[in-house]
Amino acid sequence: MSARLVFAEVRVVDPAAGTDEVRDVVIADGVVAGPEAAEGAERIDARGLVLAPGLVDLHAHLREPGEEHKETVETGTRAAAAGGYTAIAAMANTHPVTDHAAIVHEVRDLARACGLCEVFPVGAITKGLEGESLAEMGEMVEAGVRMFSDDGHCVPSARLLRNALLYAKAFPAEIVLAEHAEDPTLVQGGQMHEGPHASTLGLAGRPAEAEEIVVARDLALAAATGGRLHLCHISAARSVGLIRRAKAEGVRVSAEVTPHHLTFTDADLVTYDTNRKMHPPLRSEEDREALRDGLADGTIDAVATDHAPHAVEEKEAEFDRAPPGTIGLETALAVVLTEVVATGGVPLPRALDAMSTAPARILGASDHGGPIEVGRPANLVVFDPEEDWTVEPPFASKARNSAFLGRRLTGRVRYTVLEGSLTVAEGKPTR
Amino acid sequence: MNEHVLSMHDLTAEDVTRILDIAGSFREVGTRVIKKVPALRGRTVVNFFLEDSTRTRISFELAAKRLSADVINFSAGGSSVAKGESLKDTALTLQAMGADAIVIRHSSSGSPLQLTRWVDAHVLNAGDGTHEHPTQALLDLYTIREKLGRLDGLRVAIVGDVLHSRVARSLSFGLVQMGADVTLVGPPTLIPPDAQAWGVQVSYDLDAVLPKLDVCYVLRVQRERQRLEYFPSIREYARLFGVTRERVGLLPEGALIMHPGPMNRGVEIDSDVADLPRSVIEEQVTNGIAIRMALLYLLLGAGEKVPA
Amino acid sequence: MSARVMEPDDVRRALTRIAHEIIERDRGVERVVLVGIADRGDDLARRLAAEIERIEGVPVPVGVLDITFYRDDIGLRSEAPEVHETRIPFDVSGRTVVLVDDVLYTGRTIRSAMDALIDLGRPHTIRLAVLVDRGHRELPIKADFVGKNVPTSRTDDVRVLVRELDGEDGVLVEPAAWLPDAEAGIGGAGMDESA
Repeated sequence: MSARLVFAEVRVVDPAAGTDEVRDVVIADGVVAGPEAAEGAERIDARGLVLAPGLVDLHAHLREPGEEHKETVETGTRAAAAGGYTAIAAMANTHPVTDHAAIVHEVRDLARACGLCEVFPVGAITKGLEGESLAEMGEMVEAGVRMFSDDGHCVPSARLLRNALLYAKAFPAEIVLAEHAEDPTLVQGGQMHEGPHASTLGLAGRPAEAEEIVVARDLALAAATGGRLHLCHISAARSVGLIRRAKAEGVRVSAEVTPHHLTFTDADLVTYDTNRKMHPPLRSEEDREALRDGLADGTIDAVATDHAPHAVEEKEAEFDRAPPGTIGLETALAVVLTEVVATGGVPLPRALDAMSTAPARILGASDHGGPIEVGRPANLVVFDPEEDWTVEPPFASKARNSAFLGRRLTGRVRYTVLEGSLTVAEGKPTR
Repeated sequence: MNEHVLSMHDLTAEDVTRILDIAGSFREVGTRVIKKVPALRGRTVVNFFLEDSTRTRISFELAAKRLSADVINFSAGGSSVAKGESLKDTALTLQAMGADAIVIRHSSSGSPLQLTRWVDAHVLNAGDGTHEHPTQALLDLYTIREKLGRLDGLRVAIVGDVLHSRVARSLSFGLVQMGADVTLVGPPTLIPPDAQAWGVQVSYDLDAVLPKLDVCYVLRVQRERQRLEYFPSIREYARLFGVTRERVGLLPEGALIMHPGPMNRGVEIDSDVADLPRSVIEEQVTNGIAIRMALLYLLLGAGEKVPA
Repeated sequence: MSARVMEPDDVRRALTRIAHEIIERDRGVERVVLVGIADRGDDLARRLAAEIERIEGVPVPVGVLDITFYRDDIGLRSEAPEVHETRIPFDVSGRTVVLVDDVLYTGRTIRSAMDALIDLGRPHTIRLAVLVDRGHRELPIKADFVGKNVPTSRTDDVRVLVRELDGEDGVLVEPAAWLPDAEAGIGGAGMDESA
């Protein structure tokens, strides 16, 4: 039930409005309200805390339907709420694949029933993610899908992607196609970034050019078709350069980067820690610097978690047999604050923009991402920018595979508000 | 040297020198009538071989038995791992059996290091994926030092599929650490892209390198189909990089020819070359047992676990 | 604070006397071989062999035995005990083997040496010659030939210097500046590196 709340004397950073000021924020009946509604409301002393639009994740794997041993919609949205998220995009690589409307409805209904976070199911671009023929995008658009992706796989043929970009223009709604950019022939059998560390560790490499080639291909197709392209989890410096140039030329492209790519490099794999195995892989220091610069100057629009839960026994296997990925919903904000804001690389308003306003715009999630003004739905996050903590279980997520296990971070979510109700209070999920 | 031997990077130059210095004493045990001393009596050594290798396993088995340790052989075929039990669960079972040392050979790079996270026993890497094979490198260093009297300043070429060779990695690291000059030779597709970072040189021209060598170390060429993406045919490989009788003529007098085994006669090395007196391939085998004895002794002969 | 209990001349005279005793005991050296226990026993054994040859005019075979693999304290110390060379280029079976060591203390080293010898063959007799017997036996072992009996306390350190390794001959007794090593394990003093 919606509460009436006042966050008193909180620093409000509102990227959509372009403001950063200390004031009170009043919530009533599911929306941001005026000061008159503060009468009789529960008052939370928020001095020293920061309030921003609720975070929006463009890239999470909820694993339901089909792999509920890794995560479910319930546990995944609880993890999202714990991390300050009020909306997440759930990728289509479920079992069965989300390539038709029925699954879209199923996932969305599960999320509504839990009431922890709004879920925007992502539709597959190709049937069964097989990369051969287009999925029934029209049916899924009618079910409310705005983002399509074969994530987990790269769209294998230029012809297919071009057709998808063209086809998407049929719909009055703004559709975006999101690409997992890794040329399959170059990354076959690869376990980590191809480079000196891979050579020394005896692990087959996934070279940076595997991403660069696909980014270049997809940008050319987006330019030629006028379609909207989004590039998932960018990891290489040269990709950032290509995106920067394409944007300058007016190509309709957006890009995301993960918290782990902003933090780690391939040197962090010397212990064969399977929680640091991902696709695309963690790359070199030069690549990481370019990603941070790209986030700072807006070439990279958003931070997205690529939250990829796996069961403990799956990750506690030989490096080459462990599935790739790390969970990230619960740590994303703290990682960004610690690794790029506190170090001076990215100012706080840009960082929060990248985690809420920009992804909300890309996803078409108009109730999220601010601005924080009277009458708009109350989807908010309140965090303590100074609180130190160590990443360790228990997590709200069912999974434990965090690349950040044992790491000290600064910055912690205290309250998450979804449509005016608290999903997280005093740092803990409310349900 | 700490409580495990997983990689040549675990050993300092002093450690390597010490191991080579004492290897002779272990080799001497093999010359006695009773080829056994009680040094590791009551200890249990498990040979955890998840990748086929009769030769290396027997070498470790003999090494342990000559030190009077009890040996348990655990190989992929007859074990629960083949039936899907995880590496971790199998490791915990070995631990419960009272293993003091686990010698692991596995097709996955990094698995010995992962094993150390789950067991208290000392772990010895007998070859992991394409990562390292430190005991092979040590026995090769020993063989070279025995034959040529030193390691510092020697010019060594490692020829062949370096990209997929754990022996090449371990041996390069070891030789560079001991002051030798190492050149990797092979087709560009089979040399790791950042190999120069290892402190070695790279050449694609075997004939140019041969006249300036003290040791020519020949790697096995894998014949599996996937490997054939890297060069057009076995025939072409042998023509460009095979160590033939003619090529041996280019080597200086006294230079050694070595091979980690097993050999593809006629591919990377000609039959009559392998059987030349200057080829020390057989001695590499004898020295292998001595080196493995030395490592088991140094690891298990220490009491308190020395913190890594 | 160390006391020198044997000077170079004392060592020389002791070795000469022991050489005579060896010869006398066996009434000739036909069957005798000397096996020095590494490290310092090696030098002493070779000097004894030279003395015997000078006296009897007959060369006596000499070997060196490293007993490290037969120690009873492997795995009890923070590092594996140091390994030395064993070189016995003759058959010990049927021989009178005279083991030669610098200091006889607890007797554990000699026990190890006998086990090692018996794995190498079947000696007819084993005898023991030591330069110094410092007492405190922990096993029923006795020396047949002794250079000097030096009563010590357990906390003392007895050091034998030999020309070949240390530049001069001598025997020093140094009282300990520290308490006995608790790590010495079973039986108290246990085996130390030089004995």
